[in-house]
Amino acid sequence: MAGASTIRLESQRPRKATSDPLAIKMVLTTVTFLFFALFLFLPLVVVFQEAFEKGVGVFLATFRDPFTLHAIGLTLLIAGIAVPMNTAFGLAAAWSVTRYRFPGRSFLITLIDLPLWVSPVIGGLIYVLVFGAQGWLGPWLREHDIRIIFAVPGMVLATLFVTFPFVARGLIPLMQAQGMKEEEAALTLGANGWQIFWRITLPKIKWGLLYGVILCNARAMGEFGAVSVVSGHIRGQTNTMPLHIEILYNEYQVAAAFAVASLLALLALLTLLIKSYAEWRAEQQLKNIP
Amino acid sequence: MKKHVIPGFGLTLGTTLIYLSLVVLIPLSALCQRTLSGGWEHFWETITAPRVVASYWVSFGISFLAAATNGVFGVIAAWVLVRYRFPGRRILDAMVDLPFALPTAVAGIALTALYAPNDWIGALFQPYGIRIAFTQIGIYIALTFIGLPFVVRTVQPIIEDLSADVEEAAACLGANRWQTFWRVIFPALLPSILTGITLSYGRAVGEFGSVVFIAGNLPFKTEITPLLIISKLEQYDYSGAAALGFVMLVASLLILFVSNGLQAWNNKRRGIA
Repeated sequence: MAGASTIRLESQRPRKATSDPLAIKMVLTTVTFLFFALFLFLPLVVVFQEAFEKGVGVFLATFRDPFTLHAIGLTLLIAGIAVPMNTAFGLAAAWSVTRYRFPGRSFLITLIDLPLWVSPVIGGLIYVLVFGAQGWLGPWLREHDIRIIFAVPGMVLATLFVTFPFVARGLIPLMQAQGMKEEEAALTLGANGWQIFWRITLPKIKWGLLYGVILCNARAMGEFGAVSVVSGHIRGQTNTMPLHIEILYNEYQVAAAFAVASLLALLALLTLLIKSYAEWRAEQQLKNIP
Repeated sequence: MKKHVIPGFGLTLGTTLIYLSLVVLIPLSALCQRTLSGGWEHFWETITAPRVVASYWVSFGISFLAAATNGVFGVIAAWVLVRYRFPGRRILDAMVDLPFALPTAVAGIALTALYAPNDWIGALFQPYGIRIAFTQIGIYIALTFIGLPFVVRTVQPIIEDLSADVEEAAACLGANRWQTFWRVIFPALLPSILTGITLSYGRAVGEFGSVVFIAGNLPFKTEITPLLIISKLEQYDYSGAAALGFVMLVASLLILFVSNGLQAWNNKRRGIA
């Protein structure tokens, strides 16, 4: 009987002007759950289900294959080069557009954003046009026996292009919101530029920086389109994990393809976890600014 | 008088400009130069070939449908995530960014496995003769997945910022919930909804990885423009690939331009200069 009386009390209390009727709440929440289940949860479940479809043995055997191991190594190598470079660049870019006012500033911000909106295929194509056999530097490179396209350097360049905006984008709104009163105070107390950066700015932006770096890393390890164009797909030489997935899948080694995919899916989940945490910490930090 | 108080102007702006030029601007100018050097006639012939025009319909048309879908469901999801409290809300909220974090190739094979005729969801539709994977419906699903975060993430902060007063005032003046939504809340959200739709459209137009697996890649039917660029490259038709790349680049710039304009409108509404 207690249940019945609480329901009555509930319905007698006037609804707040900002809240929706219960029926609407139920419908909208259900729609959201269904939409997310269909587009987000199911694809994720499928990856792990298919990875273990043929049993744990097949799953583990995939990771004993030298080509898979090489693909994992190459992915780590490319991300290991691209992420630190784009982090350094992102810091410089965010510093320059949030600390100073100069003509063309907002145009520069748009240019920094550009690679996010250009097709990743174009990210590969442009390097083929510069370094490829018929490209600008093609003949010169051939004379000196340097390979960039269909080799690792080209894949690093393509990855640099597509992951280039992430760190700067994470930092610019944060640094704009934080302002630079502390930095100016430090300056009047005699600190130089590097001291200001290491002791004042970096602690202020560390969570925003982590947020950008983790997204940059996820994209660097998972990039497919741009890297595919410049890779040449040579197994054991220019094959990253996403490209290896494609080869395995096209060879009907579905369980193996999903086994490699499950590793990248785990990376994505880890990325989301760290990202949510960093986002939350960055918000806390912003709130603490008087 | 020194123009800039904080030191490091030359160093940081210099680094930014050099790096930007090397990684983005010079390679992109190679694309433009290559397009122009092929001659106008060749350019026009390449970009208006029937197979290419068919791919525009697939890329730009289906992207539009996917972005519109995200416009509807993204607003609902943003509303539910901000306004309602229910178990699992934080997990749902974190999951919104999955399409950013999940490599496109992984999304591609996962969606294909879900919607292929004999698997999971595909098997449900099979008896009715509806094929999803390897048709345009499959492309639509992949592009909806890829664009999902944009509407939610642009509309969410605007809903958070809505002040309760206006809704309370509307209710005091006798508006019912539906009227309050249409006349008060929706107009306030509209700029951000349009921004989100444009961003998700921009992302979908260029998408490659998640689409190629599920599309089936039949010429004239399920072939997207980025795939045509790759097949031209594989035939060593550099200027043809450059011409198509140029078209895609201009389209992306237009979309970016529109979204920047919408964002400025949005910020003006929120009172951020």
